[in-house]
Amino acid sequence: MTTFRVKRRQAPLTWGACLVLVGGVVLALGASGALLALQGKSPAQGLVLLLTGAFGSVWALEDCVIKAIPIFLCSLGVAVTFRLQIWNIGAEGQFALGAVGATWAALTFPDLHPALLLPIMFSAAALAGGFWGFVPGVLRAGLGVNEIIVTLMFNYLGILLMEALVYGPWKDPASFGMPMTPLFSNGATVSAISEGTAIHWGVVVCLIVGAALSIVFRFTRLGFVLQACGENVKAARYARFPYRRLIVLVMAVGGVLAGWAGLMEASATVGRLQPSIMAGYGYTAIIVAWLARLSPFRIALASFLLAGLRVGVENLQLELQVPAAFGGIVEGMILIFVLAAGFFSTYSLSLIRRP
Amino acid sequence: MNIDIVIPLLAATVQSGTPILYATLGEILTERSGTLNLGVEGMMIVGALGAFLTAMFTGSPTLAVLVGGLSASLLGSLHGLVCFHFMGNQVVSGLALTILGTGLANYLGTPFVGRSAPGFDPLRVPILENIPILGPILFRQDILVYASLLTAIGVWFLLTKTRWGLHIRAVGEHPEAARTTGLNVPLLRWSALVLGTFLAGVGGAYLSLAYTHLWTNNLTAGRGWIAVALVIFAFWRPGRAVFGAYLFGGVMAWQFRLQATGTTLPSSLLMMLPYALTVIALVMASRGRGVREAPAALGVNVEPAD
Repeated sequence: MTTFRVKRRQAPLTWGACLVLVGGVVLALGASGALLALQGKSPAQGLVLLLTGAFGSVWALEDCVIKAIPIFLCSLGVAVTFRLQIWNIGAEGQFALGAVGATWAALTFPDLHPALLLPIMFSAAALAGGFWGFVPGVLRAGLGVNEIIVTLMFNYLGILLMEALVYGPWKDPASFGMPMTPLFSNGATVSAISEGTAIHWGVVVCLIVGAALSIVFRFTRLGFVLQACGENVKAARYARFPYRRLIVLVMAVGGVLAGWAGLMEASATVGRLQPSIMAGYGYTAIIVAWLARLSPFRIALASFLLAGLRVGVENLQLELQVPAAFGGIVEGMILIFVLAAGFFSTYSLSLIRRP
Repeated sequence: MNIDIVIPLLAATVQSGTPILYATLGEILTERSGTLNLGVEGMMIVGALGAFLTAMFTGSPTLAVLVGGLSASLLGSLHGLVCFHFMGNQVVSGLALTILGTGLANYLGTPFVGRSAPGFDPLRVPILENIPILGPILFRQDILVYASLLTAIGVWFLLTKTRWGLHIRAVGEHPEAARTTGLNVPLLRWSALVLGTFLAGVGGAYLSLAYTHLWTNNLTAGRGWIAVALVIFAFWRPGRAVFGAYLFGGVMAWQFRLQATGTTLPSSLLMMLPYALTVIALVMASRGRGVREAPAALGVNVEPAD
C-alpha cells in the first residue's frame, strides 16, 4: 500500500512560498470557473471578462486604484492588530464610524476653506473610527472579552448607527426621501489629483501611512515589541512588554486607519454619506492582510489585485448577468485555497510504501 | 403590561430563539472537540438556502431540513480539510468560510429572492397546549421548536453520558494525550464538526422554512455570530445555551414588536439591541467563569504524527 508521509520542513520554503500562493489563487479561480460552468456560463469567457474588465483599460485601472485605497487603509489597520495576534474583524464598522465622523465635520462647517476643513474631517474620522476600535480593545485587554465577536458586533452597531443618522437627522430634505446626506461642500471634498483623472488625493494619504507604518514595523522599538509579542505572548510578558496597552493601541490605530478609509469613500468617491458606501471593504481587508502576510508593501499589491477582482466582477455582472455576490465567493475561495496551500511551505509530503 | 400581550411575545421569543439555539448547540459540540468554527454564519445561511430550494422544488419540508443540515456540513467539511489535514489557521479558515458561504448563498439565491416555499406550521400538542400560560407559549409551536429542545437534551447527553462524548472532551482538552491513549483525534474532531455544522444548517433551515417561509438575501443577519458568542456565554453547556438563545430571541422579538407599534425611536437604533446585548453578554461571561471554561485546546491544530 502506498501512503503519504508528512514531515515538518527544517526551514519554511522561501521562493516556493510564492509558488504556493500563486497555486492557491489559480485553484480558487478554477473552482469559481467551475461554479460559472454549473450555471451554464462559459468559464473561459468569464475569466477573460474578469481580467479585461479589471485591468484591460485605463478607466478600469483607475477604478482599481480608487477601490484599492479603502481596502489598503482598512487592511493596514487590520494588519497592525494581526501582528499582535489580535483578531480585529471590525474594519467594516470602523469604516462606517469614520465616514460618520467626517460627515459630521462636513455638515457642521460647510463653509470652511479645505485647508481648514479637511484636517478637521480627518481628525473627526480618526476619533470616531479609533473609538470604534478602542472600545473592543479595552474590553479585550482589561477583561479578556473575545475581540473577534465584539468587533463583529461593532460592525453591525456601526453600520446601524450610520443608517440611523442618514435616515434621520442627516437626511437631505431635497433627496425625495432617499437615505442620503446633502452633497458635501467643495471645502469638504477630497479632490482628484489632477484634471481628467478620477484618482484622488487619498492615494497620497495611503503612501504616507504605508511608508510610516513600514518604518515603524522595521526600524523602531515599538515595531520590534509588536513583533515579539505577536510571536510569543508568554515570552513578551516575561520581558515586561506592556502587552495590554499594546492591544488597546493597535486596536485604536486600526480603527483610525479604517475610519480614514470611510472618510475617503464618503468625501472623495461618493461626495456624501449614504448607506451604499458600505461595500464590504472591511471584510476584503482581512483577506488582503492575510494574503500579504501583514507587510505594508505586499498589502498594497494585494489591495490592488483584490480591487481588480471587484472591478472585474462588475464587468461580469454587466456582460454575463452574474450576481455581485460572485466576488465574495472568489475572495472566500482564494483565502481557503491559499490557507490550505500554506501547508506545503511548512510540511513536506513524500510517497512511501507500506508493506 | 397586559397578559394578552406578554404571551404572544413569549411565544415569538421561543420562535426567534430557536434558530440561534440550533446553531449554538452545534457550535458547542464542535468547540468541545477543540475545533473553533467561526464559519457558523456562513454555514447557517447555506443551510437556509439548501433547505429553501429543496422545499420549493420537492414540497417536502422534512427533506428540506435534512438537505439544509447536509449542505452546511458540506461547507463545514472544508473547515475540517483545511484545519485537520492542511494545518490551516482555524480563525482564518472560519472567517473565509463565512465569506464564502454568504457569497454562495447570495449568488445562488439571487434568482429566488421574494419567492416562497412550503414550510412548517404550528403543531399543537394535545392536552399540553391547554396548560395556562405555558401551553400557548411552548406547545403551539412548529415541530422544529420541539426538536430543538430535544436536541439540547441530546447534546447534553452525548457530551456527558456517552463514551463518544468523553472522547470528544478529551480531544478538546488535550489532543496529544488523547492520541497517546490511542484515540483517533482527526476522526473524533471530524465527527463533532460534521454533526455540529449539521445543526447550524438546521438552524438556517428554521429561518427559511418556519421563521419566514420566503427567501431574502442576508437572511441570517448575524445570528451565526450571535451563536458563537452564546457558546462563550453558555460556558460550553447545552442547558445554558437554551437560556441564552431565548434571551436573544426575546430581544429580537421585542424589538420587532416595538417597531411595529410605531415608536418614535428610529428602527435602526432598535435593530442595534441584539448586537449590543451580545457585547454585554460577553462582558458578563468574562467577569464570571466564562473564558476559563473554554476547552483548553480550542483552536489548536494537532501536528501530524511521524
